[in-house]
Amino acid sequence: MSLLAPHLTRGRDPLGRVLRSRLLAALAAPHGVDRYLEQVNPMWAAHEVRARVLDVTRETRPDAVGPPVATLTLQPTATWRGHRAGQHVLVGVDLPGSARRLTRAFSISSAASAPGERITLTVRAHPEGQVSRHLVEDARPGDVLHLGQAQGSFCLEESPATPTNNHLVFLTGGSGITPAMSMLRTLLRDGYDGHAGRRVTFLHYARSEADQIFAAELDEIASGDNGVAVHLRHGDARFSELELRRLVPRFVEADTWLCGPAGLVELVTDAYRGSPRLRTEFFKPAVARAAGGAEERVAGTVSFTRSGVAAPATAASLLEQAEAAGLRPESGCRMGICLSCTSTKAAGTVRNILTGEESSLPDEQIRICVNRPVGDCHVDL
Amino acid sequence: MTTTPDETTAHSRIAERAGLTPEQLEAFGGELDAIRRRILADLGEEDAAYIRGVVRAQRRFEVAGRALFYLPPAWPLAVASLSISKILDNMEIGHNVLHGQYDWMGDPGLNSRMFDWDNVCPGEQWKYSHNYIHHTFTNIVGKDRDVGYGILRMDPAQKWHPYYLGNPVYALALMLLFEWGVALHDLEVENIVAGRRSLADNKPLYPGLLRKIRRQAVKDYLLFPALTGPLAPLTLAGNATANLVRNVWAFNIIFCGHFPAGVASFSVEETEEETRGQWYLRQLLGSANISGGPLLHLMSGNLSHQIEHHLFPDLPARRYPEVAAEVREICERYGLAYNTGPLHRQLLSVAKKICRYALPGPVRRRPDPVPTAGADPVAA
Repeated sequence: MSLLAPHLTRGRDPLGRVLRSRLLAALAAPHGVDRYLEQVNPMWAAHEVRARVLDVTRETRPDAVGPPVATLTLQPTATWRGHRAGQHVLVGVDLPGSARRLTRAFSISSAASAPGERITLTVRAHPEGQVSRHLVEDARPGDVLHLGQAQGSFCLEESPATPTNNHLVFLTGGSGITPAMSMLRTLLRDGYDGHAGRRVTFLHYARSEADQIFAAELDEIASGDNGVAVHLRHGDARFSELELRRLVPRFVEADTWLCGPAGLVELVTDAYRGSPRLRTEFFKPAVARAAGGAEERVAGTVSFTRSGVAAPATAASLLEQAEAAGLRPESGCRMGICLSCTSTKAAGTVRNILTGEESSLPDEQIRICVNRPVGDCHVDL
Repeated sequence: MTTTPDETTAHSRIAERAGLTPEQLEAFGGELDAIRRRILADLGEEDAAYIRGVVRAQRRFEVAGRALFYLPPAWPLAVASLSISKILDNMEIGHNVLHGQYDWMGDPGLNSRMFDWDNVCPGEQWKYSHNYIHHTFTNIVGKDRDVGYGILRMDPAQKWHPYYLGNPVYALALMLLFEWGVALHDLEVENIVAGRRSLADNKPLYPGLLRKIRRQAVKDYLLFPALTGPLAPLTLAGNATANLVRNVWAFNIIFCGHFPAGVASFSVEETEEETRGQWYLRQLLGSANISGGPLLHLMSGNLSHQIEHHLFPDLPARRYPEVAAEVREICERYGLAYNTGPLHRQLLSVAKKICRYALPGPVRRRPDPVPTAGADPVAA
């Protein structure tokens, strides 16, 4: 462990340089250095990122209306490249009992991290979510999780070191608070100075006081002399444009970060009337659809052979087309990473939405969340 | 899949050869489907622990083998260790992972789309010729390119040519250079010679193939020898020997899978528009097992259960011994041959075939009757 201590930047990490060298890669071919290191210690890695759970803390009170939320403190391997405030990370969990690894995306709640630094994830245990439930209810210190690198562009772009006078607005609902909390923590940690005349408005909606995440810390921030105005709304309170206008009169011109359930996102988006200042993070990543170029026309028919359903092919992913046809195929990350939606394509050509790569092999295993039909296609679903 | 009346004539040809009525054929397919469903539903931690254990063992043998080359007196031990590593890597791990047998685990290190094995054939290219062509068209002469691998004459339905007089020599060469044969198999040279494939068709395959060959050669014949300094020639010879041992072993196991006497081959016509039951029947009749102990099963990647592997190519191979008893029992009930025998007997049978078909004949006017239980001395 000590040899691979974190807190070393990549440039000054001599062991990392050796582990990632071309020589070692050539010697470990075709499996790769990580396939050997993991045999010795799961926290040794040259490329992959894994993290050890250090602590699990319940955020919501036992009398909460919604499902419980917990914060996990993670020590990543030295391969963690750090994250910008607001980013999320893919977390793979080997679910005990089934031997299946499931991968889901979670927002990072801690302030921006440097390479190898500790991070926290704040997770709501969705009743249907095997991974989130496992993380909140069963994860214990010492457990090892499989991570990706941080990703996402729902970020605080401004450097706290060069403060401007822009008013910053965070609008969040439920567990959508996590990326905003990461940004707020980053601002405060890195010397955010309210006396420079800059204001931060933090408006959050929770189902009840008992469901409030980060309650104590937000309380502390609210009472601090820092220029941050914290407004917490509990219970039936719904977003209203009037209320926002009262708090931030020229909100349409203020840099705003919005993250929360669909209802909140819809109301706020309407209120901002297409303002480019509004940045929105959806709980379900829209990667596959965005990259695919939905306007492109597709001819042919998609047949789901096992269920005997057929429909005209569209530019959406096969997973979405299956769901539109009323099927409920197994799926996970919907980003092509977790492999849970892998299905057999009996015939036809598909294009990978992420890479643009086409494939026409019969009886091929494809991840239906990131493949779309090019002409006729038969999928064993 | 169900049999519709107008398809019955085409469907029952193989069944007729095996003495099954269409109803029996469908029931036979249903019984195998049931085994498959049961195992799929039961996959879990034991399967994961098993394959991870095999991977752990393989990595240890590999590291030990590489390290022992620094001790010249331990050279034979180093070669043995590295040979075991390469055999485990290619057979119980590589072959089976590339079949997607462990895709359900969601572990990228054991996923068929990401795994590559320790030999010169790129896994990506092998999956096409093996998982698709060979496993779909098993033993259909003219379609399954694994019937003689485009080099040998292994079936009377292959037209004799004076070239085939060299059958035993080609087989010996293929055995010694097996990994290279497997790598070049995807280039379909025999189809290019026959004018069925153009050189341009191979162009997309070259970059991946050359990259893999370069990687394997740099590792085994340049870097690891160089790292042992003055012992480099010994290390190089050791690595070459380990590759050779793996080649010979893999060739022998694989040739016992489809070429012993009593294994049936099929024509393109009689396998058109197959039902699930007919596909199962063809896989059963076109494969042969090797009987032996757990060590043989492990080192052969459970291809000692070639029959079970061909019936259920995507079930984790460690399950084959478990379902073999059931498959055999089903075969007995339907009066079907279940071709199995000890390694030496199957090998002898294959060797005889290689020599026999070097010579012209026998002329086969109509398909041989498929062997049924008790009709063939090899069928046990």
